[in-house]
Amino acid sequence: MRHILTIGGREFRSYLASPIAYVVTAFFVVGTWFFFLQYDATLAVTLTQTSMGGVFGNMFYDLIIILLMAVLTMRAIAEERKMGTIELLLTSPVRDSEVVIGKYLGAVGVMAVMLAFTVYFPIMLVVYGDPDPGPIFSAYLGLFLLCSSALAVGIFASALTSNQVFAAVVGGGIMLALWFLGSVAAQLPTAAGTVVAYFSPSGYLPQFVRGVIDTRGIVYFLTVTVLFLFLAVRSLENSRWS
Amino acid sequence: MIEVKGLTKYYGKRVAVDNISFQVGKGEIVGFLGPNAAGKTTTMRILTGYLLPTRGAVTVAGHDMLSHSLEARRSIGYLPEAVPLYTDMTVRGYLDFLARLRGVAGERVKARVDEVIETCHLQEYADTYIGRLSRGYRQRVGMGQAIVHEPEVLILDEPTIGIDPIQVAATRQLIKDLGKERTVLVSTHVLPEVSVICERVIIINRGKIVAEDRIENLSAIVSGSKRVRLEAQGPVKKIAERLHQIKGVTRVAYEEERFIIEYPSGLDLRSKITEAVVQGGFTLLSLETVELSLEDVFLKLTVDEEGAEESE
Repeated sequence: MRHILTIGGREFRSYLASPIAYVVTAFFVVGTWFFFLQYDATLAVTLTQTSMGGVFGNMFYDLIIILLMAVLTMRAIAEERKMGTIELLLTSPVRDSEVVIGKYLGAVGVMAVMLAFTVYFPIMLVVYGDPDPGPIFSAYLGLFLLCSSALAVGIFASALTSNQVFAAVVGGGIMLALWFLGSVAAQLPTAAGTVVAYFSPSGYLPQFVRGVIDTRGIVYFLTVTVLFLFLAVRSLENSRWS
Repeated sequence: MIEVKGLTKYYGKRVAVDNISFQVGKGEIVGFLGPNAAGKTTTMRILTGYLLPTRGAVTVAGHDMLSHSLEARRSIGYLPEAVPLYTDMTVRGYLDFLARLRGVAGERVKARVDEVIETCHLQEYADTYIGRLSRGYRQRVGMGQAIVHEPEVLILDEPTIGIDPIQVAATRQLIKDLGKERTVLVSTHVLPEVSVICERVIIINRGKIVAEDRIENLSAIVSGSKRVRLEAQGPVKKIAERLHQIKGVTRVAYEEERFIIEYPSGLDLRSKITEAVVQGGFTLLSLETVELSLEDVFLKLTVDEEGAEESE
């Protein structure tokens, strides 16, 4: 546990030292602002009924966020491979899983800070209206879970290569593919469609946005997270055999 | 301290390390010598647990590297050839991070980092970002991370490559000092370095150990014979004849106005040679033992090996 925190802490600080985290955060906040204003402009008069649903429930917003997560994590392990510092980590008395989880938690920390920056918007809702706090909270939980799983996928993609661009493309690609499984499912016969839809985050997020804390959604996002972190550990182990 | 048995590593179909075995005892400083791509780095990466071997066993400080990797790694300090550094950290931050990662107790970390900064003469740059340091200072930071957790075993891959001569000398001295209390395996392809730092040498070429011995014995191993050089006044032919008659002498040659006499390394014929010259009525001017230089040894070993393989 101590090692995980040491690695996670270093990872978090190293995000703060690199421009990427700031660029991604800027996109994140500006993106949220953009979608929020659009939403706000059409419903400006009736703010009493609003939540963050109009923003977090917008598919384009979610896709942008997913891609930002892939960009955020692309360097996590790929850069260590490129700079050779991976040799320091893998020859230290630390388990491969501790390296991966530490790096993951560092990224989650940055993502949490980004989400915190958007709290400005619900505060505005509270100041100018009388929103129901439940759906706002559940929407945030849903977005947090979506981002967490996207970060795990990104860490996995970053563990595969020393090329950051490749890592971003693979990480973003996997998440997009999972997302659009939802659209594929809609085209399939009902039985098959239902099964395929289980594998897509696009079906679970709307529940959270609507104010429902859906256990299946929580299980889904946690499963994706654990699975891809596990694959990332395997990828590190594998590189010892090469 | 380090025990390697039947170590083999394949990269795909290419064999990088081919069934090598050796030991490094406690407190020894051993040179690991070989041309580029001989398998030095691969071997060191396996010793430090970075890579897993295809076959063979590695034990470091009594811990098996395959079954008890974490314990084994805890006792190793490793300086990889590329000197991996986090350029976005300060020297102090970097050493602090690695000290914690290698299990230095939390309350000891600060004191230990200060000690290392002093040992590696980094005081002036302790709070400088590593990305701003010159090559030589980066090398020192690299040495610092290798010793920050006070490991029993140090594995240094080409520690003096790419730095200026003054710093090379300082680094060698540092390695010698560290070697007083620790076991050190240091790889290099710079020959003079080995004779300065090391007590013993392991020479590797094309993934195989071609020689392993104390430095002073290596030249003898190569030729299987001792060599003396003699300067004497008198007719060359007659002196050569007398020298030939000494029991045990295998070869007499006359090069650059000196006689070169060879005999099996088990014998010491110097007094007999002196007698032979003086009793023959000639004047003996000088007599010296000739050491094959490490370059000779190395060339002979590695070139022979190549020749042998080509003739197969």
